[in-house]
Amino acid sequence: MPESIPADSVGLVSPTTLHIDSPLKLDCGRTLPSYDLVYETYGELNADHSNAVLICHALSGDHHAAGYNSMDDRKPGWWDTAIGPGKAIDTNRFFVVCPNNLGGCKGSTGPNTINPETGECYGPDFPIVTVPDWVRSQAVLADKLGIGQWAAVIGGSLGGMQALQWAISLPERIKHTVIIAAAPKLSAQNIAFNEVARTAIKSDPDFHDGDYMRFNTLPRQGLGLARMLGHITYLSDEAMGQKFGRELRSGAIQYGYDVEFQIESYLRYQSTSFVERFDANTYLLMTKALDYFDPAKEFDDDLTRTVANIEAKSLVISFTSDWRFSPVRSREIVNALLAAGKPVTYAEIEAHQGHDAFLMPIPRYLDIFGTYMQQIAAEVAA
Amino acid sequence: MSLRVDQQIISDWIPDGAKILDLGCGNGALLNHLQQRNITGYGLEIDNSKFADCIRAGINVLQADLDEGLSQFADQSFDFVILSQTLQAIKRPDFLLREIVRVGKKGIIGFPNFGHWQCRMQLALGGRMPVSKALPNAWYETPNIHLCTIQDFEQLCSMNNLTVLNHSIVNHEHKDSLGIRLLPNLFGQIAVYLVQQQND
Repeated sequence: MPESIPADSVGLVSPTTLHIDSPLKLDCGRTLPSYDLVYETYGELNADHSNAVLICHALSGDHHAAGYNSMDDRKPGWWDTAIGPGKAIDTNRFFVVCPNNLGGCKGSTGPNTINPETGECYGPDFPIVTVPDWVRSQAVLADKLGIGQWAAVIGGSLGGMQALQWAISLPERIKHTVIIAAAPKLSAQNIAFNEVARTAIKSDPDFHDGDYMRFNTLPRQGLGLARMLGHITYLSDEAMGQKFGRELRSGAIQYGYDVEFQIESYLRYQSTSFVERFDANTYLLMTKALDYFDPAKEFDDDLTRTVANIEAKSLVISFTSDWRFSPVRSREIVNALLAAGKPVTYAEIEAHQGHDAFLMPIPRYLDIFGTYMQQIAAEVAA
Repeated sequence: MSLRVDQQIISDWIPDGAKILDLGCGNGALLNHLQQRNITGYGLEIDNSKFADCIRAGINVLQADLDEGLSQFADQSFDFVILSQTLQAIKRPDFLLREIVRVGKKGIIGFPNFGHWQCRMQLALGGRMPVSKALPNAWYETPNIHLCTIQDFEQLCSMNNLTVLNHSIVNHEHKDSLGIRLLPNLFGQIAVYLVQQQND
């Protein structure tokens, strides 16, 4: 709980729900007849609507990117390190929009919301949505907010993939893209990790083929296990070593199978707290959206041709210890942009925090990111 | 941002509207200066501590290790590829030189002349590795691992079938002198060469 709101915080914020009555045709072939998008905004939209930036969230993220929803909140939004007055994404200059993605579990239409056709929760019947589907739905949100062109679309990890997709799908609607700790598609190893996570969820006896709500239960074990596995891939060996090492909870080995090492205790805590705040069907859906992301597929697997129509300028950032989406994967994006002759800036940030580094207050990272954003602000007269 | 002596020479050699690649671009001063003449391109730099300066200067900067070559760029994709005051810090200058003329229609290479008489005196009479304004580090801690003289560089060019289209040899004050004209390898401090791959 914040005793008082820090000066560089966006302060107390509350989400807005936008109900959209026009149908959305999805890549999987199904159509959502209507849907809700929940979003938060920070800062003020300027008179000519040129200072809007879109924040795209990652696998377990949501619309609450910055500030506090109440004075009882233990922590601020998930990207509070980067969003706020005077921060890298300066809310004194930008109008920041962050929606919860379709298929999410924090208010936007998804597996845990009511299907108007049946009057019951969608549950496992909610269609799998893709990154291009998200971009289409976010474009509808932009229309409703009167934003013809984003000054920037920004995201890390799966959010970075959405930023890239925006630049490819709707080139005229975006001036800049900021793609952080992302990849142009998942590797076999990435998909393998996702499949282990899905198997953990689906093999939980409380999963009931995704109909757990009907049985008034939750696949706690499975979702928790998926989160534990995911969490390991978000951190580096070095970061885990620094934080926990081989530290024991009780100071001595017990020769038993209970939690002994601090890292075991930490993973269990991550797992149990995650289960309380996240939906298993959404987790499955998000991992599928990741697996399916491959914008070059429509262009004979030629990433250079894929980015040929991009009009946005790009900032691409990677982190040295990120092994989930390593710098090599970011360089694939950069090299395609170079081959297509597009303006791009690329920084590889020395960081030991692994994939999670994109959420961390790393001075060099925030300096480069913030300076780039200031250039955008000057360009759009924000 | 002010330009160094070698950068002033380079700037004069590049025509308006050219597409360039600046290897080891530092704070982006050269590209920033050239942008006013509609010259576009990218800067490559291994150290991202000056990236914020580059971004402020409005240039596209990319983190890259020049020792790995320029494989991310296609053949002849730039009008000029520039490497100034960096050749001596490269692990394999011969390899990078070939990469420069593969990627660029023309290459511009600037380097401190190790054949300057002061360097020669320090080694010949003092018996110590030379330390100078352009090369201020002691031998054990210097990033400058491949120093060469003007003659050495010209020999490397000819061994790699490069034509020297132009060159400029000056001192740190950016001044030419009779001595430099007569004996460039003895009196020149900074050398800048414009080269091109011979077609055969």
